[in-house]
Amino acid sequence: MNRIFTVVILAAVMASTHAQQPPTQPPAPQRQQPTDIVTTITGEAGLPPRLAIPEFIALSKDAESVAIARTITQVLFDDLTFEREFALIPRDVYSTIPAATSFDDVPFDRWRELNADGLVVGTVQKTGTGVKVELKLFNVRTRQTAYGREYAGSAANPRLYAHQISDELHQSQRGLHGIARTKLVFDSDRDGERMGGTVENRGVKELYIADYDGENQRRVTVTKTLNINPSWSPDGRSIAYTSYRRGGGQIFVSHIYQALLDELTKGEKAGENWLPAWSPDGTRLCFTSTRDGNAELYVMNRDGSNVRRLTRNPGIDISPTWSPAGAQIAFVSDRGGDPHIFIMDADGGGQPQRLTSEYSDRPTWSPAPYNEIAYSARTGPGNDIKVIDLASRQVRQLTFGEGTNESPTWSANGRHLAFMSTRAGKSQIFTIARDGKNTRQLTKSGNNQQPNWSK
Amino acid sequence: MRRAWSMVTVLMLVMVLGVAACGKKQAPVSRPMPPPVPPTTTPSRPPAPPEPVAEPTVVPPEPVRDDAISSASLDDLNRNSPLKPVFFDYDSSDLTSDAQRALDENAVTLKKYSSWAVTIEGHCDERGTAEYNLALGERRSVAARAYLVSLGIPADRLRTVSYGKEFPFDPGHDESAFKKNRRAHFVITAK
Repeated sequence: MNRIFTVVILAAVMASTHAQQPPTQPPAPQRQQPTDIVTTITGEAGLPPRLAIPEFIALSKDAESVAIARTITQVLFDDLTFEREFALIPRDVYSTIPAATSFDDVPFDRWRELNADGLVVGTVQKTGTGVKVELKLFNVRTRQTAYGREYAGSAANPRLYAHQISDELHQSQRGLHGIARTKLVFDSDRDGERMGGTVENRGVKELYIADYDGENQRRVTVTKTLNINPSWSPDGRSIAYTSYRRGGGQIFVSHIYQALLDELTKGEKAGENWLPAWSPDGTRLCFTSTRDGNAELYVMNRDGSNVRRLTRNPGIDISPTWSPAGAQIAFVSDRGGDPHIFIMDADGGGQPQRLTSEYSDRPTWSPAPYNEIAYSARTGPGNDIKVIDLASRQVRQLTFGEGTNESPTWSANGRHLAFMSTRAGKSQIFTIARDGKNTRQLTKSGNNQQPNWSK
Repeated sequence: MRRAWSMVTVLMLVMVLGVAACGKKQAPVSRPMPPPVPPTTTPSRPPAPPEPVAEPTVVPPEPVRDDAISSASLDDLNRNSPLKPVFFDYDSSDLTSDAQRALDENAVTLKKYSSWAVTIEGHCDERGTAEYNLALGERRSVAARAYLVSLGIPADRLRTVSYGKEFPFDPGHDESAFKKNRRAHFVITAK
């Protein structure tokens, strides 16, 4: 009797719910989205916070959801490891701790036994259009949510969820501009295509992009010729580069998500144009041109208009890089004999000041708050990556004679560099932390050169 | 008995609501309205989720097709080119006496075939950086061109292009390879 009564009450409630809601309205989410930032988790005695990231919980038990949960967990672990802001508790230690099935049954005592300060718990649920990922960073001592957020989108690339979560955890907990969603562009001959119309049957070089960790490598040019010197626009939507598709080197800007191509040095018959470098505000490019008979630096608007010459010197002037505020340009000149790095005002006024006295090329100015220039210096038969502090003029070396090491480029937060090295045989792209630790090889197929890291 | 009575009431309520839900004519039943939602409670829908994690698709603009840049008959000519390459010393674009001799012979050939147009390619060995070598290769091609112009070859027949160290002729990493790769190389582009 009691049971029947309960069932009927339930039926009444369900019926009334049905009556109140038109069928087109989606069901209300079960959970409110927490506020963005609540607290910051700290480590003990000034140490980095100890973080544990158990496998994300697949709320829908199908194989795809489970695989997505696994990928997000692994990539998030790698992303957080890369910046070394958290002390990540190794994952093989987690196996003794029972897995939570939701945010409500997290065994905090057990995580506290592992000495975890913070615990990242995430759920993955398939939706009609893709996937919903919910994340909470718990303070293990207080069991409070320190950071929580919900993400919804396509299930096509689960790594992106991890990258976004990593960037947000770094920002909210450590005040750090994470770079997990940045990309590298570089040239490569990996596809083995050959140029038409030449005796030597030369291999072409096309541009490729990759995630910061080397994943998702994709080709972005199809020109059957030489494409080099790629450079991301500050908004990460366009790539300026040198292409030989018209014969000699000319500067193009490829809007890679729109299938649009701008020919910035179109109609410039005299000379070649190389090494475009975006101004920090993305409105102009500095580049090298031989249009007046010698390699000089010029600046132009991003549509190719308003070309102005910056250097007037019988030597070679090449490889420009802008200071973070855009007021100065560092470049390479062999006006003193060997190529050295110089700094001049971005309007070309004044006398350029020499910065290095060793054989050096491809300066790249660090983002703030660092005030450094990385470059490639001749140290023996090959080159090594060095960094000069502009205030103290002290030089530190990051690579030490393994192969040749060229074309350094800073990550947007100034904590890492990518560069080309022949240490593994062919030319490959590597990343290295600013203190010289944590070297990683990102490419393996073909020759890969001249990396540029997006902002 | 009281229980049974309330059960009947509930069943009736279910039937009434069910009829209403099926969209048939409204039953004239008076029942208490639900209390109005106080404005201070949390909104019934969560704030809009952050912008979806998604990125646009890469589309390579303006692909180049093979047929636009191939020319078989010129390839045959270039395969056994009568125009000699010009070699340079390390990190130099100065024309050695050997280089000048090669250019003297090339000038004779170019005068004989006065309709030929030529591209002079500047190349470097792998020891300089890729960036600096673009400019060094350009100096080598320009030096060769200037010498030919001084011998009376019209400048408009001689284009220059620098490939830096991008296209080594010998892929080796020793001086014998470097020597072959520091050159101005001639390609006939029209005859």
